[in-house]
Parts: sequence; structure tokens; C-alpha cells
Amino acid sequence: MRPLVLSLRRRPDQRLDMSPLVPHRLAGKSAAEIGRIALQTTRVPLAVADIFDLRMGDPTHVRIEGSCDRLDQVGAGLTDGELVVEGDVGAQAGRLMTGGRLTVRGHAGPWAGSAMRGGVIEILRTAGDRLGGPFGGETVGMRGGVIVVRGGAGERVADRMRRGMIVVEGTCGAYAGSRMIAGTLVVLRRSGALPGYLMKRGTVVLGAGSNELSPTFIDCGAHELVAMRLLSDFVRGYSRPAGACLRGRLRRYAGDMAVLGKGEIFVGTGT
Amino acid sequence: MRALAVKGIRIDDTFAEAFGMRATALIITADSARWARQAATTMTGFATSVIGCGCEAGIDRELAPKETPDGRPGVRVLVFAVSTAELQKQLQARVGQCVLTSPGSACYAGISAEETLRLGDALRYFGDGWQISKRLGSKRYWRLPVMDGEFVCEATTGLTKAAVGGGNLLIMGRTARATRLAAETAAAAIAAVPDVIVPFPGGIARSGSKVGSKYKGVAASTNDAYCPTLRGAVQTALDDDIGAVLEIVIDGLTSAAVADAMRAGLAALVRLGPKRGALRIGAGNYGGKLGPHHYRLRDLLP
Repeated sequence: MRPLVLSLRRRPDQRLDMSPLVPHRLAGKSAAEIGRIALQTTRVPLAVADIFDLRMGDPTHVRIEGSCDRLDQVGAGLTDGELVVEGDVGAQAGRLMTGGRLTVRGHAGPWAGSAMRGGVIEILRTAGDRLGGPFGGETVGMRGGVIVVRGGAGERVADRMRRGMIVVEGTCGAYAGSRMIAGTLVVLRRSGALPGYLMKRGTVVLGAGSNELSPTFIDCGAHELVAMRLLSDFVRGYSRPAGACLRGRLRRYAGDMAVLGKGEIFVGTGT
Repeated sequence: MRALAVKGIRIDDTFAEAFGMRATALIITADSARWARQAATTMTGFATSVIGCGCEAGIDRELAPKETPDGRPGVRVLVFAVSTAELQKQLQARVGQCVLTSPGSACYAGISAEETLRLGDALRYFGDGWQISKRLGSKRYWRLPVMDGEFVCEATTGLTKAAVGGGNLLIMGRTARATRLAAETAAAAIAAVPDVIVPFPGGIARSGSKVGSKYKGVAASTNDAYCPTLRGAVQTALDDDIGAVLEIVIDGLTSAAVADAMRAGLAALVRLGPKRGALRIGAGNYGGKLGPHHYRLRDLLP
């Protein structure tokens, strides 16, 4: 069935809250009803019909065309169905998602996948800071699901992550996996300073050339672990290079000993 | 009772009587097929009968690396017990003592079901605080640090209440040697049937039992009607030409699997023929009043 398509006519003058435009909130609505949905984030009213051309279709498959970085909270609260974005998105894409699939065929701003609980987010270019991380006042970040970024990501990827998996196929900024509680983060290329900063539990896998670890991580030797085979098989369905990266011997560092110290960082040994 | 003959083998017109059981399946993997088999064999040792062992367990089949969760050689094991509580107790003790201890092993659910038994969830405390939980999709695994690396164990495994225990064949031959060959042939054929085990040594039991005893407190005693050395002394069930009897007991995850296994065993015995193997085939029952599952031999013949 044809997807429901929203085509952005022009770059909006204000940032837009796109959270109402998710499949479960569009289901059963007519074109006129969708056109009246308010998206403004300032005192200037702005409805869907004012800025988007709407082509009705199956509301479980929504497509946003001509997107730009002023569209915030795209796919926020997604529960099921599919949302595909052609272009960039602003902050908080896929925040608090519990299911479904969000695909961004461009760059994503900060807090993409923030505190999500389920579903899959795929970002074809780069993601901003605090990918999967919590908002101010929240104590836990991502709690489930999978995020795959085909490009790089900013600082504090997987901050306070509790469960789920994040794969960054490119590089990432400083403090990757900071304050992790559990879950898995895989970064295929170089990561910035102090990965795993204050992580309590959880697993971080880093690519070659990453910055030196904090001295509060302890070398536990190189191992070929069965658990990495399971991780590899699981992640291969989302990222083949990540699946390959988890094969072979990996050097395990336990930490962060500045806190609980039951987390782990794996670094490839090339064997 | 005897009404049939197939290719010279006398088939008793009777039925095997079997009981409902609780069961689960596990997949045990290791770095090599040899060590997967070793862990599975150790875990399923002393598990011939629920009467004295707490459970009945055995190897269902060996698994190629592509069939296992971690891509290593593996073995699928089935465990049967009379209650969920006993099955849980046996599972924890046997995996904890025999699989966890085996070099390079890992243990996964071999059956998925709505109801579950604790597997890694029960064993994780061995990690003494260093255990790591990993949830991948809908599955949760425990990683326990051990002296050769890590023991990976799925958190739970499925429980089925549709399992059947006690399907059986009584194989009667002219000599002990011919009867043993027949029983080995039938056991080998049954081993190829999925979702069943034959829990006795090599799949064969020579000490078939009857309910009760002349001694107080003994629940089961020798099946004297089928003991050839007692032929003149008791009301025997044996003909003059029968010199030995062996029994194959079959447990299956489903009633259909037990029927398939008995069918495969009967077909193998008929193929072997009466000259080299069985002269007569029977089945054990309790008059049909105790077990809800009845497998009539005449319905399962090739």
C-alpha cells in the first residue's frame, strides 16, 4: 500500500514539533484532520497544511520528504509502523520510541533516540550529541531497541544507557558510553576522549585508533568470547561491519573503576 | 492377545500405555563436537527413570554449527520429569554441575514456549556479582566468568506440558544376542526421530518392571512374567521359543513424536526380520487405566 506522504514546502521560520506525525497518532484521521494538526513551537500558529503538502496513504507507513534540521521530535513516541524521513532532522528524533522503525536518510540532531525503549532507528548520515541519552532531569537514557548510525556521532553517545544497542559505523566524540548502566555500544571507527567515562556496567566496543582509555580502566587481557559471537550475530542483522568487528580476539578493559567498575570496553586486537 | 504376524514376527495385539510429563529442551554447545557431546552426556547421566533419578534425560540429536545460537557444534538435550518443580530442580542441578563445569560450554533454550523454566536466571549467582546480563532482542543471556573464560547461559528455557513419557516396545528374541541386536537396531532407528529420547543405557532396558512388590515400600519390582528364567515358576507371558526380552522406553515432547518413534522402531525390527532379530514384539501397559496415552502396535506397523 502507498505510504502517507508529507512533503515540506519550505524551510520553516520556527522549529517544529513533529511528534504528532507518527503512525499511531495519524491512524483514522482524514486529510483535513491531519492538515489541522498544530506543529508550532512559538506563539505563531502553524498547522500541517500550512507547511506540508499531504498525500494520503497507509498511515502505518509515513514518509516525510524534503525534511530539514528545523523539524524536531520526528518519530518521537513512535509505537509501531514505519516512518521514513528524506533529509535531515532536528533534535530528539525518535525520542521515547517504544516500537516501530524510524529511518532518517540524512543527518540527525542531538538527542536522537533519547530514552527510547524499543524499535529501531537508522540514521544514514551523522547523529548529534547525546545519541540515546536522557534529557535533563532523567536518570536513565536508552532502555531498549536498536540505533544504527551509518556515519559518525557526537559526544556522549549512549549516555546513561540502560539496555539496547547502539552502533555507530563512523567516529564518535568524547565520552562515548558515559555513565552507562547497561546495554551495548559499538563504535566502528575512532572514538573521542575518555570512552566509558564513569560507566557502571554495560559493554562498549571500540574501533581501531580510539583515544586512550581513562587510567580507571583495567586491562583484562585479550579473549575470544562466546558472548561476542551472540552479539555479532545479533548486530549483523543491522550492521554487517559491526558484526564483523565483534569476531576474533578482543582486548577487554574493565571499568570504570572510578565508579562501580563492572562495565567493559573491548578493543580489537587485529587477530 | 496375539493376533498379528508381520514378515514372520509375531506382534502382540496390545498397546503401550504412556503418561503426561513436563519437559524441556536445551542446546549445549562447545568449542568442538566432542566437548558438546561430553557435557550433554554428563548432564544426562543417571537419568533413566523418574522413579529413581528424578528425571529422564537424553540426547535428542547433534547439531551442526549453523544450527546453534553461537555457531559452534552443539547437542540438543531433552529432560522430562513428573512435575514442573522437579524439572526445575533437576535442570538447575544438572546444568550447574555438568554443563557449567564442562570446558568451553554454553547452554541455550532448546524449545520456546509461553511457560518457562529458569536456566541462567538460576545459575547466575555462581558469578558472585561478576555475572553480566545481556539482552539481545527478545532473549536474555547471562555471562558468568569461569576459569577458561565465560560460561554463557540463556536466562530461561521453554517448558512444555504436552510431553509424553513411557512409550515402549518389548522386544522378544530367541537368544540374548539376537534380542540385543534387534533392540540396538530399533534404538538406532528411534534416535533419528526428532523430539524423542530413549533414556535407558544405549536406549535399551533389560530390567522391565511391574508395579508393586512382595516387599513393603518397594514401588516397582522385576517384571516376572517376562523373565525367561522364571517361565515355569510364574504366570509367564513368554512363549517357549523366547529366550530374552529387552525393552525400549520412549519419551517425547509430543504424543505424535512418541508414536513416530514407535513406528520407526517397529519398522526397523520388521526390516531386520525374525531370523536375526525379534521373534515377537509386545508393549507394556497397566490395563489402560493409568496412562492417558495409548499406542496400539497394530496402528503403528509398517
